Amino acid sequence: MHHGLAVLTALVGILVVFIFLFLLQESWPLLSKISPSRLFTDPSWHPSEEYYNVSAMVVATLLATLGALAIAAPLGIAFAIYCEFYAAPYLSKALSSILELLAGIPSVVFGLWGLVVLVPVISSWEGPGTSLLAGIIILSIMILPTGALLARSSLANTAQQWRQASAALGLSRWAMVKTIALPASKTGLINALIIQAGRALGETMAVLMVCGNIVAIPDSLFAPVRTLSANIALEMAYAMGDHRAALYSTGLILLILVTALLCFSRPNLTERSHA
Amino acid sequence: MQYTLYRIAKTLSLVLLCSIGLIACNGDQDTKRLQITGSSTIAPLLLELAQQYETNHPDVRIDVQTGGSARGIADSRQGLADIGMVSRALKPSESDLTPHPIARDGIAIILHKDNSLSELSRQQIIDIYTGKIKNWRQLSGKDETIAVVSKADGRSTLELFLSYFNLNSSDIQAHAIIGDNEHAIKTVLANKAAIAYVSIGTAEYNASTGVAIKLLANDGIVASTENVANGSFPLARSLNLVTRGEPSTLAQSFIDFSQSPQAHSAIKRQYFVPL
Repeated sequence: MHHGLAVLTALVGILVVFIFLFLLQESWPLLSKISPSRLFTDPSWHPSEEYYNVSAMVVATLLATLGALAIAAPLGIAFAIYCEFYAAPYLSKALSSILELLAGIPSVVFGLWGLVVLVPVISSWEGPGTSLLAGIIILSIMILPTGALLARSSLANTAQQWRQASAALGLSRWAMVKTIALPASKTGLINALIIQAGRALGETMAVLMVCGNIVAIPDSLFAPVRTLSANIALEMAYAMGDHRAALYSTGLILLILVTALLCFSRPNLTERSHA
Repeated sequence: MQYTLYRIAKTLSLVLLCSIGLIACNGDQDTKRLQITGSSTIAPLLLELAQQYETNHPDVRIDVQTGGSARGIADSRQGLADIGMVSRALKPSESDLTPHPIARDGIAIILHKDNSLSELSRQQIIDIYTGKIKNWRQLSGKDETIAVVSKADGRSTLELFLSYFNLNSSDIQAHAIIGDNEHAIKTVLANKAAIAYVSIGTAEYNASTGVAIKLLANDGIVASTENVANGSFPLARSLNLVTRGEPSTLAQSFIDFSQSPQAHSAIKRQYFVPL
C-alpha cells in the first residue's frame, strides 16, 4: 500500500519539477538572448518594442497580496475565534456554511462584481476606479473564506481537556483564547496565512478585471497596477516569439515567488503542533 | 526504495509506449495536407474554419501556424505554405501574390452614453491617448478626468489603432489596459469619463441591445459594420488569404469555403465583418 502512495507522491513532485522545467524551456529563447537582469533593468514593459522590465509587476503582485492579507487575516481569525468560542452552535454552523459558499464562487464572478459594483464606487472617490485598492478588496474577499475556515479548524483542535482545565481555573473566555487557544494553534494559523498568500499571489481573472493593468509602480492605492498573473492572461493569447518567451519568464518569476513563500513556511510545517 | 523507482520507471515507459503508438496510428498515408501560416489576427478564425472544413472533408488535414503577416507573405512566396494569412491590403511590391479577401476588421472609438461629446477629431484622439488632453473640460465636455482605456501588447485591435494614428505602443498613456472587447465595454460602463476602442462588431451589437455606450464617427463616417464592409470607414483593414500563382485544387476549395456564406457565422464570432 505505502509503495503505491510513494509513487503517487513522487508523481506530484515530478509534476512540479516538470512545470518548472517547462517554464524554463519556454522562456529560454529570450533568457539566452538577453541578459536575465534586463527583466529588472529595462526602461519599461513594452514587449513589442523589446523592453521587458517586470519589476513593477513584481511590486504590484506583492502589494496586492500583502494588502489583501492585511484585511483578510485579522477578519478570518476574528471569525474563527467568534465561531469557535462565543457563538451559539447553530449560529456558528450557519456562518461557516456561508463562508463555504463564498469559497465556492468562481473568481470571474468576483471580477465581474468588482468591475460593475466596486470600481464605480472607487472612481467616485478618486481616479479611474480600476486600481490597486479594488484589487486588494476583491482579493481579500476571495481569500477570506479559506483562511477563516482553516483558522477555525485549527482552533477547534485545541484539546477539550485544556478548555475544561482553563474553565476550572476560572479563566475568562477571552483569557483562555489569548493564553491557550491562540498560542497552541499558532502553526495552523500561520499555515492558513501561507495558503491565503499563495492564492492571492496567483489569482488572475478577478484581479485582471478590476486592477486596470497599467505596468507601473503605484504611487497611491487609487493607482492602477498589473500583477504578474494578469500580465500572462492579458497578453498570452496574441503573443509570439520573444514576447511569448517573456510571458513565460513572468510565469517563472511567479513560481519562484510562490516557492520562496513555501520555503518561508516550511519550519512551521515540520514543527509539531502542541494540541 | 528500489521497488518504488522500478514502479515509476515502469509507469513512465508505459506512458511513453502508448504515446508512440498514438503517433504511429496517426500517420495515415492518404491524408491531404494544407499548410497555412501568417497573421495572428486571422489565425483564430482560420483555425475554426479549418475545423469545419476538416469535418466535411475527413481526408484533409489543415495546419494553421502564426508568425505575423510578414511570415504569411514570405512563406507563400517561397512555397513553404500553401496559403498565407495577411491582415492588411497587399503592397505594390507584393503584386506577385494573389489576395483572396475573406473578411474586414474595423475598430470603433467608444464613449459612455452620458458623455456630452459625440465627435472627436483625429488630433484630439491622439492627444487624449498620449496624455496631452487629460480632462473632458478641455474639449468643452464635463469637468472630469478622462480615463483612457487601451489594449494589451500584441492585440490586433491595438496594432490597427496604433498604425492608423501613427503611434508607438510606448507613446500611449493609459489608465486601464484591458484584454478582450467585452472587458473594454464593461470598463467604459463602470467609468463614465472613459474612452476606449473595440472591434466594431462588438460595439455595434452592444449598442443595439441598449448597453450605455456610443460609437464615435471617424472623419465624419459613421462607425458601423456596413461602412466597414463597403470600405468607406477609415479605421479598418482587410483580412486576406494570399497565394502565389494558381492555388492547388485543395487550396482553392478551402479558399472558396472561407469566402462562402458558410463562413459568416465563424467570422462574426471573431468580431470581424463578412464581405
